[in-house]
Amino acid sequence: MADPVDVSRVAWPAGLAPYRVVLAARMRAQRSHRASFRVDLVGSMLVGLVELAEVWVLYRNVPSLGGLRLHQVILVFGIADVCFSLADMVVGHCDELPTYLRAGTLDVFYLRPQPLLAQLVTSDISLRRLARALVGVTALVAGLVLAGPGWSPSAVLLVAMALVFGTLTFAAMFVLAAGVQFFLVNGAEMTNAFVYGGRYAATQPASLWSRPLQAVFAFAFPMAFTAYLPVVTLLGLPGAGWLPSWLGWCTPLAALWAWSAALLAWRTGVRHYQGGGG
Amino acid sequence: MNVIEVEHLVREFRVRDGLRRRVVRAVDDVTFTVAAGEAVGYIGANGAGKSTTIKTLTGILVPTGGAVRTCGLRPMSDRRALARRVGVVFGQRSQLWWDLPVRESFRILAAIHGLDAARERSRTDALVEQLEMQSFLTTPVRQLSLGQRMRAEVAAALLHSPELVILDEPTIGLDVLSKQRLREFLIAERAARGTSLLLTTHDMGDVERLCDRVLVVDHGCLAYDGTLSGLSRRVGARRVLVVDLVEPVADLVGVPHTVHLDSAAHGLRQRLAFDAADTTAAAVLAAVSARAQVRDLSIEEPDIEDVVRRLYAATR
Repeated sequence: MADPVDVSRVAWPAGLAPYRVVLAARMRAQRSHRASFRVDLVGSMLVGLVELAEVWVLYRNVPSLGGLRLHQVILVFGIADVCFSLADMVVGHCDELPTYLRAGTLDVFYLRPQPLLAQLVTSDISLRRLARALVGVTALVAGLVLAGPGWSPSAVLLVAMALVFGTLTFAAMFVLAAGVQFFLVNGAEMTNAFVYGGRYAATQPASLWSRPLQAVFAFAFPMAFTAYLPVVTLLGLPGAGWLPSWLGWCTPLAALWAWSAALLAWRTGVRHYQGGGG
Repeated sequence: MNVIEVEHLVREFRVRDGLRRRVVRAVDDVTFTVAAGEAVGYIGANGAGKSTTIKTLTGILVPTGGAVRTCGLRPMSDRRALARRVGVVFGQRSQLWWDLPVRESFRILAAIHGLDAARERSRTDALVEQLEMQSFLTTPVRQLSLGQRMRAEVAAALLHSPELVILDEPTIGLDVLSKQRLREFLIAERAARGTSLLLTTHDMGDVERLCDRVLVVDHGCLAYDGTLSGLSRRVGARRVLVVDLVEPVADLVGVPHTVHLDSAAHGLRQRLAFDAADTTAAAVLAAVSARAQVRDLSIEEPDIEDVVRRLYAATR
């Protein structure tokens, strides 16, 4: 099949064949409902645009907020949104776990010779989130051009690290939320508050936060590490409170911490599983 | 060699009962083994702990106590190795992708189990032929009838040629013909490959036609382990012949090897219970016909719930 995003054409190691086949089938299924796929794409993009507009409106009316100016906060928004959209595309359907738990679909994963989490992650992929990532990419490029950091190898490395580890950190939040769902079958509202609230926090300057809020969204859930801190480091701005600007280099540590928590929650959840339905 | 070894298995669930938490023991000290090649029926009323046992056998649930070995493996820690050797059909769950054609689901499952192209092809072709699935191979799963879907589910569970097949209510909701077709397939599969079978069911017909041995669970405990005829002897797995007569007749008592249960409509409809071990439906019918003219008849199969209830009463 001649298609730009057909993963079955990519050379994958043999052990990954099961995931590749499932993902290829999911992608074909999504694209086969063309009209609904297009509506999804547009809707997804609108959500991104509205969120960007919100930041833009706020910062148009103040010279600076939390030590950031409009073009600088757009860069924060861009990095956070690209990372979140990519994480959402790849692991966002972990949100569906409560549905799987109630319907007993998860039982079926136990009967297949692959790790449960790997099966859950590759059980679907939300291509429509690409539209959302496009908004993020636009903001990112605009932010980079307008904020004009001095381009050096270390600046490029910093941005690249921010994108990779920011995506990993958000992905960990989805997995963490999924692990917690094993205990709170009806707790999606609560975990959504942290996942989507976390995304929102990530697009804001952490300097606006009180120290308790910093403790929660900078360290417990390392949202400040996904975009704000790398931008502060990149642009040579002062940090805030408990967050000195050199922390922008610590994005791998934040991702590592987030994944440790996520895998622990997932493992505990799987052991706690009580089986779904009949 | 045993494909299943269950020793003093206990599984408890914590449930919330209003504000109080309470522990429910779904499986209570169950011990049994299943030898390789055996076909065992695991029967019991709803909520007796059948599905819970199956889930601990396949690594879905962690036992609260006791030990379980399936194919010589510990189901929880060796789950992935076990998944290659066991095929499971849950009557109420689908292994298939609802929005994909049946053939596509098989292709994905073959990749999941790492079958090479030649093996995938020969196995799929054989299953498609034996389960008569040619007519709906390209139909999306969501459009299948229940009977078609169950056949596809069974094929999906057997695609990787497992040595042990576990079926949880495989015939529930199926019409007589679909049931028959599925049973015939399972019998042929066992004969050809020596596959071991463990099935839970509400249908005595499944047990009668498919199983060498029956385990009866009641309230989480094993109440019976032996042959079906032994179970019948113990509790009398009675069939009931219902006859509609042309004219009202006095109660048909004294028909050999039967017990007259009741009469309705002044004797126009009468129910006679008999044990399949002692006589046949045909013999009972012949004896009845000698005394009255039969217009219509039906046979009520023994009800599992009834068997379990009487077994429970008998062991008291």
